Amino acid sequence: MADLSPAEWTAIWLSLRIAIAATIASLPFGILVSYALARWRFPGKIILNAAVHLPLVMPPVVTGFLLLILFGRKGIFGAFLADIGIVLSFRWTGAAVACAVMGFPLMVRAMRLSFESIDRHLEEAAGTLGANRMWTFYLVSLPLALPGIIAGAILGFARALGEFGATITFVANIPGETQTIASAIYSYTQVPGGDANAMRLTVVSIAISFAALVASEIVQRRAEKILANLE
Amino acid sequence: MIELDVALKIKTFDLDVAFENSDGITALFGPSGSGKSLTLNLIAGLMRPDRGIIKLDGRILVDGKRGVFVAPHRRRIGVVFQDSHLFPHLSVRRNLRFGRWFAPRGEPAIDFDSVVEILAIGKLLSRHPARLSGGERQRVAIGRALLCCPKLLLFDEPLAALDVERKLEILPLIERLRDEFAVPIVYVSHAIEEVVRLANKIVVLDAGRVRAIGGPGEVFGALGSASAWSRFDRVSVLMMKVCGENAAYGLTELKHPAGTVWLAGPAGPLGGQVRIIVKATDVVLAARPPRDLSRGRARVAKLVETFDGRIEQPPARLRTSLFL
Repeated sequence: MADLSPAEWTAIWLSLRIAIAATIASLPFGILVSYALARWRFPGKIILNAAVHLPLVMPPVVTGFLLLILFGRKGIFGAFLADIGIVLSFRWTGAAVACAVMGFPLMVRAMRLSFESIDRHLEEAAGTLGANRMWTFYLVSLPLALPGIIAGAILGFARALGEFGATITFVANIPGETQTIASAIYSYTQVPGGDANAMRLTVVSIAISFAALVASEIVQRRAEKILANLE
Repeated sequence: MIELDVALKIKTFDLDVAFENSDGITALFGPSGSGKSLTLNLIAGLMRPDRGIIKLDGRILVDGKRGVFVAPHRRRIGVVFQDSHLFPHLSVRRNLRFGRWFAPRGEPAIDFDSVVEILAIGKLLSRHPARLSGGERQRVAIGRALLCCPKLLLFDEPLAALDVERKLEILPLIERLRDEFAVPIVYVSHAIEEVVRLANKIVVLDAGRVRAIGGPGEVFGALGSASAWSRFDRVSVLMMKVCGENAAYGLTELKHPAGTVWLAGPAGPLGGQVRIIVKATDVVLAARPPRDLSRGRARVAKLVETFDGRIEQPPARLRTSLFL
């Protein structure tokens, strides 16, 4: 491991930073959307559900290209964001947005399932005790859905670590700014004699993924154990 | 006081009920599928009626014509569900305190400690619902509903899932709560014993309609009364006075204008009035004085009517034997 170049270390740290930022930023939206899909009845629910799942089934390149159109410097939202000083294209923040969008469907699926599995009667009981919808959500639904929320966050994080297609399309492959482990490996495979470097990063990538999976298993088991003790 | 006049159609079931409760306990009584729980859900606000009005202490909760529908959390109506529905992630103490948070400040609150004491749940406070027995859970659920200081308490078959011993343990607690905290209660049950014991007003429901309203004696006692629809629950309700006991045999002596009855087991404080259910299946008629019976007491009675009127020459005097 010691023979990793500074550029490779940069790619590793950047990957982690992007994945963590993507997960944290999408968490509140993920919880809100999954709760809405699990519990609310509203017109256009099918459309919202399809829109959320779109990045899961579309080619990542298409998602990246759409992000470029919407959030690029001259895009509809991008021009507005640039005016208030937020530039996403070709920045690591843009990579985080791409990863968040790609991980969102996985995150929502896990969270939605856990919200759906909560006994509706518990939420009704909270209502009869005087709690409005917001308090019922904070005091009853959210804590009971916690294992699923953790699982969803970890799935989103894992997806963000491995994201390649949408990221490279949206923010390119700029060492030190948007070059993640995945895109660094891709770069090495494009140059003669780069296989050895690619292999080193591959090992790193496997190690990180493995550690993340083990950590997620531990965290989730703990949460489930706590809730199992309660039921 | 709750006043309602509502109608709701769900698929093939058609509910159309109107009644008001009285102080103390009002029972909604009827067989499964008669619309009792549905009526309770309408009062609690967990369902919307197709049309009608619901008022609590004069305040309109639901008015179909004017499109009024007060959300459950603004109704100040506590509910005790059949399956307790305690919050599994909160301790008993936090379950009990849940509603207090949302009750308006400044109003006289129901005292936490006295509820805990009456329901005998002091030792359970730090436990989680998963570690409670069925009876304990139900006691905590009663306390939780009561501690949000409701204007009305709804009980939805709270004892149906419990065995007889647990029922007998909880019934007196409900009576004590009724007497000490003076919160009116609407109590749904299909168990005639619970209803007769607790309620001073009974609303009999069958197939989504109110069949009878009145006190236990009126509803169950009279000829052609509400109990007539049930094959097994034909009963009479008699008010009797506890006037003695036989400790050695565990018997209680009850007096009625018609005579004395000995009842197995305790029946309440000396001098108190109790309601006694006499099941039709426990009554035997004899044309001559019965002799040498192992149990029961014969009373002189007059046969007024039979279901098919086939007694051409009714004997002037008959003896009924109460197997109590």
